[in-house]
Amino acid sequence: MKKKRLKKIKNTAIRKAEEVLAFSRPKSLRDVELHYCAGCGHSIVHRLICETIDEFGIRERVIGVAPVGCAVIAYDYWDFDVTEAAHGRTPAVATGIKRVLPGNIVFTYQGDGDLAAIGTAEIIHAANRGENITVIFVNNGVYGMTGGQMAPTTLAGQKTVTTLEGRTIRNDGYPIKILEMLSVLPGAKYLERVSVHSAQEILRAKRAISKAFKTQIDNKGFSIVEVLSMCPTYWGMTSIQSADRIKNEVSTFYPIGVIKSY
Amino acid sequence: MLMCGNDACGEGAILAGCAFYAGYPITPQNELTAYMAKRMGETGGVFIQAESELAAINMVFGASVAGVRAMTSSSSPGISLKQEGISYLAGCELPCVIVNMQRGGPGLGNIAPAQGDYFQAVKGGGHGDYKIIVLAPASAQELMDYTYIAFDLADKYRNPVMILGDGLLGQMMEPIQIKSVEGRPLVDKPWALTGCKGRQARFIRSLFLGDGALEEHNKKLQEKFNNIKKNEIRAETLNIKDADIILVAYGSVARIARAGMELGRAKGLKVGLIRPITLWPFPEKTIADISGKAKKFLVVEMSAGQMVEDVMLAVKGRAEVDFYGRMGGGIPTEEEILKKIEALVKQS
Ligand SMILES: Cc1ncc(C[n+]2csc(CCOP(=O)(O)OP(=O)(O)O)c2C)c(N)n1
Ligand code: SF4
Repeated sequence: MKKKRLKKIKNTAIRKAEEVLAFSRPKSLRDVELHYCAGCGHSIVHRLICETIDEFGIRERVIGVAPVGCAVIAYDYWDFDVTEAAHGRTPAVATGIKRVLPGNIVFTYQGDGDLAAIGTAEIIHAANRGENITVIFVNNGVYGMTGGQMAPTTLAGQKTVTTLEGRTIRNDGYPIKILEMLSVLPGAKYLERVSVHSAQEILRAKRAISKAFKTQIDNKGFSIVEVLSMCPTYWGMTSIQSADRIKNEVSTFYPIGVIKSY
Repeated sequence: MLMCGNDACGEGAILAGCAFYAGYPITPQNELTAYMAKRMGETGGVFIQAESELAAINMVFGASVAGVRAMTSSSSPGISLKQEGISYLAGCELPCVIVNMQRGGPGLGNIAPAQGDYFQAVKGGGHGDYKIIVLAPASAQELMDYTYIAFDLADKYRNPVMILGDGLLGQMMEPIQIKSVEGRPLVDKPWALTGCKGRQARFIRSLFLGDGALEEHNKKLQEKFNNIKKNEIRAETLNIKDADIILVAYGSVARIARAGMELGRAKGLKVGLIRPITLWPFPEKTIADISGKAKKFLVVEMSAGQMVEDVMLAVKGRAEVDFYGRMGGGIPTEEEILKKIEALVKQS
């Protein structure tokens, strides 16, 4: 059953790709092997960003800010200017760059530990100042890099190495819906939640990332795309099970769609 | 003209071509943040009142990545928060200027002048093996001049530079002469991120995962720090040739120590003064060279004794090193220093 589904997903993906045809590596994506685990959402999101940058023809204007998390060495994969940032300070670093180089396109790439825990102040204030930057927020519900600990986004009841019996509200509080929180800030202009668990959702994610970059290109202000993403390794699941989990569980708590648009 | 030290420091930054400032309010350096807000507006630079010192230092990180001269300022508790960012700036070899107008600690302490941040300034402060250049001006004029110099040093070595002042220096009004610096070209920064138009993509990082790669990076950093040690040590010496007792003090305390020295000289006591201007690199040799001849050193600080450790390292047991300190906002007086000098003379 599962195998059949995998085949189906694969086939749809291939069919979709063939329809667009010329399925080739984006110029902004280096021709190297990525270190992400099999079935990890990060690789897909990397590619979507690179496709978007190529399509807008902004590769030579882009400056990326990489997070501390599994995507810490994103600069090994992206063929444009990229800087590192301390854990969670990513939006502050992007603010410094964008204010000095307003003609460049500046984006951050952040996990849910980076953005929704240690960097909560930085993301809220960057959004509130209406910084004209784009944030790609990869929500996989765990801390991947450090070994699968609970993240602020971990669902209630979800087991992780630091919530052995599952996340309890009493001890750990509620999972944070960052986009809904940010949406009350007038400075935050474009907010959309997407997922990369199926070919169809990936296409939607691509459109959202594109819209977010366009928001910045048009000088409209702060844009953020939250991507529900698989971490098969620390969910203790296969790739297929992980995709299903987003479809059936994660996206019911974190609804997919545009949260706010200008 | 008359200016308070905080404003003079800000004007030094403007003269140096500082085009980005981010800070978070804290006494006793608030005049500096306000001054930068005003002057950045007038000179077309960027001013941001950040949500925290963490954000401020990381905004400076971003501006430095983009290749402009950038500065942040704070006082002791805020500098503790900036240490994370300072370690990253040093690791990524990014230039910037950080001003610390020290106040009393530990904890929230008080807002009176102090020198309790010597250790966190010169010994690293943040994590990892790194050094930042630390300059210790002793007047409003020097705050202006050394802030100006700090930007050049930062760019020259691609390293953070700290101006270590205190609440007294920051808030005291003193006469100032503003130098003309027109037409001074800024340093080229072929490493900055500006978008990869017409060149290969670049990245800036302090992460080195390959086998031995981080050790190599560290070796390169240490080589740079050794170069700084060779080239950038500054100190002022007064009456040290014939001195039996040499006072060692920096910043505002050095001025009080100088008055103490003069009181001693007036009484016929052979007292000299060494004032380190760079606290890192520390003027070890200046102290070592004289340590065979002078009988005693008296280190005076507004702390429980921090710089005194570096003096002892330089003296290497060749002479006695004594200490007089006031803490928690207490300011040593010239009379107190004289008393201490007289006691030392009596002992020998
Ligand atoms: C100041 C600091 N605290 C903790 C860490 C350790 N650390 C590295 S990555 C990470 C969390 C990563 O999780 P997330 O942001 O969700 O990204 P993911 O790895 O899941 O993609 C933590 C806590 C660090 N590098 N720096
Ligand atoms: S640990 Fe999780 S987030 Fe990290 S690379 Fe593996 S699957 Fe991806």
